[in-house]
Amino acid sequence: MKEIRIHARAGQGAITTASLLGYAYFLKGMYPYAFPHFGAARMGAPMNAFVRVDTRPVRLRSQIYEPDYVLVMDPTLMRGFNCFSGLKENGVAVINEKDSSLLPKTNAKQKIFAVPATDIAMKTIGRPLGNTALIGAFAAATAELDLDTLIEVIKKRFSGKAQQGNIEAVKQGFDFIKKIR
Amino acid sequence: MKEFLEGSRAIAEVVKLCKPGVISAYPITPQTHIVEELASMVANGELSAQFVNVESEHSAASVVLGAQATGVRTFTATSSQGLFYMMEVLFNIAGMRLPLVLTCANRAISAPINIWNDQQDSISLRDSGWIQLYAENIQESADLHLIAYRLSEDKSIMLPTMVCMDGFILTHGMEAVDMPKQEEVDKFLPPYKPLYKLDTAEPLSMGLLADPDYYMETRFAIQETFKSLLKAIPQVNAEFKGVFGRDYGDGLVEEYYTKDAQKVIVAMGSVCGTIKEVVDAQRAKGKKVGLLKVISYRPFPYARVYDILKDVPRVAVLDKAVSLGAYAPLAVEVKAAFSGKQKAPRVVSSFVAGLGGRDITLESIKEIFLKLTQKEASLEFIDLKPELLTEEYGQ
Repeated sequence: MKEIRIHARAGQGAITTASLLGYAYFLKGMYPYAFPHFGAARMGAPMNAFVRVDTRPVRLRSQIYEPDYVLVMDPTLMRGFNCFSGLKENGVAVINEKDSSLLPKTNAKQKIFAVPATDIAMKTIGRPLGNTALIGAFAAATAELDLDTLIEVIKKRFSGKAQQGNIEAVKQGFDFIKKIR
Repeated sequence: MKEFLEGSRAIAEVVKLCKPGVISAYPITPQTHIVEELASMVANGELSAQFVNVESEHSAASVVLGAQATGVRTFTATSSQGLFYMMEVLFNIAGMRLPLVLTCANRAISAPINIWNDQQDSISLRDSGWIQLYAENIQESADLHLIAYRLSEDKSIMLPTMVCMDGFILTHGMEAVDMPKQEEVDKFLPPYKPLYKLDTAEPLSMGLLADPDYYMETRFAIQETFKSLLKAIPQVNAEFKGVFGRDYGDGLVEEYYTKDAQKVIVAMGSVCGTIKEVVDAQRAKGKKVGLLKVISYRPFPYARVYDILKDVPRVAVLDKAVSLGAYAPLAVEVKAAFSGKQKAPRVVSSFVAGLGGRDITLESIKEIFLKLTQKEASLEFIDLKPELLTEEYGQ
């Protein structure tokens, strides 16, 4: 079983991110359970979305406390609380952050990647919604998912101009991590 | 075909396949996505039904009551305060023997206001004359709607069904769901033909005054029907398996490693999945533990619960609701199953967990097994924060 925890503010697309990741796992024949947890239930309030995935249907219904992977959609969340709490010893985190010098220090086996997802989104989609760039970066950072599956997911989920922009965002997020790995 | 769907979407899809003629609802978190999806299906012509927008849950329930009374299949969904606002009408629906189906997206009750999951809302409606079925996962939530319509509309039943699914956990969770085909649904669920209906050509009245000479028999009749439901639910589930291939046993309860168990937790809804994980882990260590999942809370399957648990030494009942001032609601039923019987567990301990969305983790379940000792726990709250009780609230 693999567990992904997404940190975001309500309205930044964390649920969409979880659902896109879940759908990508589903296309690979896995059994994902993607689910949100709302904090204050207000736009802008910190919230989490989760993906728990296994080779058989997931039965565990709790939130995720010891994730294999962490995605941070908004780096300002790292000021308030520890987004990496419980991250597995060999866990991977992908953060929407321009400045990699701002990344927190973690133990030797954990890997933390910064990707300028908002910048990529502004260039490709024209809106500050970095989730698809972050998903591309996640795939490259973890090798959990391949680019073709993600593109298939984007094609199912978006149409027209949004589809083109998001495919490009996924690719750029993916390539950004590929280059620095 | 398996699809990756949000729980609410799966419910909307399956309700569409049941072809209701009238849907009415008022939005409330976490029910909203279900009725939003249905509203758009009606608006874009995918579903040929009337979607009646109303100003409150009381009106939503009244609209589906009236529509169902004219002889059409109906649907509504709600949560929490919305369900309570419907309460008066819900008793009327059962009293008029109208077989409608309602989804309760389970949510805590105010005050304080809380949008998160527990089962206080539907549990509080346990005396309403509605059949109540509780789902563990999204697949089961969807399937229970098919079973619900089939059961309710059975001429020997004619009672409404409330399908209870945990809010957010199942309504907003996304999973792989095997969606039924229209042909299968049509085979399982024939078109609704009422025994009697409101018709200007053949006028009749429903829900009129029943004075002391008549009223008690209406309640007795419903109670008798609930007895027959204990046979009807297994029959309908057998037919369900025949058409769709999915097996929910007798549809009243699900046994999970109960046969040789020394300790069993009794629970309802999505928490049963979490309990199964703990049971597997403890079984791997040689510990004889199990789960008894209650699917049908009304009717309550006392005889089945007795048979399954009579030789189990220690039983824990996990409630996600309370009956303040008394024992917890599910625990009461489980204890009653052994009243006056020859055999009984030595201990039936009662635990309350997950109120107002407090997360029930693997640790919470392990703690319940750990606390299931020779000493009976009468209503112990799990994962309580004692520091909150000693601060300003305690003074």
